[in-house]
Amino acid sequence: MAKPASSIAKSADALWNWVDSRLPVSAFWKATMTGYHAPKNFNFWYYMGSLALLVLVIQILSGIFLTMHYKPSAELAFASVEYIMRDVEWGWFIRYLHSTGASFFFILIYLHMFRSLLYGSHRAPRELVWIFGMLIYLALMAEAFMGYVLPWGQMSYWGAQVIINLFGAIPSIGEPLTEWIRGDYFISDATLNRFFALHVIALPLAILGLVLMHLVALRENGSNNPDGIEIKANKDENGIPKDGIPFHPYYTVKDIFGVSMFLLLFAFILFFWPEAGGLFLEHDNFVPADPLVTPLHIKPVWYFTPYYAILKAVPDKLMGVILMGTSVVILFFLPWLDRSPVKSIRYKGLWYKIMLGVFAIAFIRLGMLGMSEGTPAQTVEMRVWTFVYFAFFILLFFLSPRGKTKPLPERLTH
Amino acid sequence: MDKKLFSFFFSLVAFLAVSFPVYGAGGEALEHANVNVRDTAAIQRGAQTFVNYCLSCHAASYMRYNRLAEDLDLNEELVMENLVFADVKIGDTMTVAMRAADAAAWLGKAPPDLSLVSRSRGSDWLYTYLLTFYQDPSGGWNNLTFPNASMPHVLWPLQGIQKPVYATHDGHESIDHLTLAKPGIESPEEYEDTVRDLVTFLKYLGEPAEVKRKNTGVWVLLYLALFALVSYALKAEYWRDVH
Repeated sequence: MAKPASSIAKSADALWNWVDSRLPVSAFWKATMTGYHAPKNFNFWYYMGSLALLVLVIQILSGIFLTMHYKPSAELAFASVEYIMRDVEWGWFIRYLHSTGASFFFILIYLHMFRSLLYGSHRAPRELVWIFGMLIYLALMAEAFMGYVLPWGQMSYWGAQVIINLFGAIPSIGEPLTEWIRGDYFISDATLNRFFALHVIALPLAILGLVLMHLVALRENGSNNPDGIEIKANKDENGIPKDGIPFHPYYTVKDIFGVSMFLLLFAFILFFWPEAGGLFLEHDNFVPADPLVTPLHIKPVWYFTPYYAILKAVPDKLMGVILMGTSVVILFFLPWLDRSPVKSIRYKGLWYKIMLGVFAIAFIRLGMLGMSEGTPAQTVEMRVWTFVYFAFFILLFFLSPRGKTKPLPERLTH
Repeated sequence: MDKKLFSFFFSLVAFLAVSFPVYGAGGEALEHANVNVRDTAAIQRGAQTFVNYCLSCHAASYMRYNRLAEDLDLNEELVMENLVFADVKIGDTMTVAMRAADAAAWLGKAPPDLSLVSRSRGSDWLYTYLLTFYQDPSGGWNNLTFPNASMPHVLWPLQGIQKPVYATHDGHESIDHLTLAKPGIESPEEYEDTVRDLVTFLKYLGEPAEVKRKNTGVWVLLYLALFALVSYALKAEYWRDVH
């Protein structure tokens, strides 16, 4: 910086000063990056947020290029996707980026949410960070559902049929509501066209706005950490948390390493296993949508199947829809359901470790059962795990205030 | 403790994944097709079989003849002479002259487009399907893998005619296996090879970019591995002073 500058460097400096005195670029950079001190003990689980942001960018960029070649019409949609796969230069790459990205978005989000359950990141004063995160999750589910309809394959069509018909279970307004969503008496060109509009404009805008709010709320109180204690309680004479390190450069370089490891896995799937055995791209979706032929086995994509299993566990359709809705909505209340005096699993007793372990098993198992054929034995199992799923939240509310805890450390441990 | 937690979580996922029975499997075991989409000669032979036996009824309407020429190392004149029988240009797709409505009237159901059949059915299913046609006692064609399929056994001059051998299990009679009642032009081994080549072609047809995708992937992974090393070194350098 202090070197004798060339005239070009001087003009560049002058230009930079001109901009910075009119737009608070360096102030913003300092406030959110170099001057923001994050806890120094982030572990594996703390990569997921920046990686989810990376995948969001991948989805938007690949989506822009897909939109250039895709035709949102019942007549042409399926063929236009094959046109992208075959005739568009690197079209297969753009399409697999987008389809692999969709599944990885959910993998990352689920791990990101699980991190909160481990370390209590959703607890006060970060409840709004969690709420905005949950709203992102909801918007992402809508985004993914509508995106899945666009290739107009059999699973696009019949999956949409099943999901939209769920709204039909609502008494009296149900039927008109499904018609309003579809824009027709059945899933048709009108449905595809409006889903396209929502998928490429409305929901991405909402997601970007919510991500911004998520990050603003996060920076307000700073990140939690694996110990679940506030690093701001221990500051040095300059008012900097003793256990904090500047986000930039420390966490930017660490996250870049995380990005490289993630991209290795992501690229491996994209280039060598893009269908993921029918999980990321379902076999039946390579058959064009046919309103006259119902596939033998309709199931949503893997990231919805835990909730689908909860729906199928209930014999009554309306009750099933209510229970499924509740299973998502209940997550919003997590910051107030966990009333333990400590946040992190590190200082909670065995009771929490067992509860969280069983809850994780229930969620994964429900996901597997949701894509199964639903034999009577599997239905019984769905009911058991649905019970376990809800029991977690109820037990958490009642056990957390009196569950055993270990003494909290003064400073971050590792 | 976190390491333990982490390994616990992932071993849990792995355990559940392994312990879960294969979802949505079709039931009876399929033969392994063992196709190799890098075997250009096999795809060429399969393409020959495809245009001779399949393309009169089944289209592959997302596939262009000139793409075929490019991917199979054939020049366009050769493709026009040997693979194109319809009145089409080299840049056209592999369509059929038969109208869908006529086809439905003649065959009961319009023959499906085969562009993506390998991606919806899988190579093993196609291979097994084409090996398990048999002649019903009524004289009509039937299939073990896809009972009451509306497609007749178009490849029968090659395979010959198989007849079912019945066995009685728990009081009801079912087909135990098939025997070759009348040999075709090809021996059973030759016919299996013909079908394998055809399925290799169908696999290629489902995703013509597959070989390019995998070849590209190797370089991408090599680059990313290098990037991972460099970014790890960078991280380690910065983090030396964090205690």
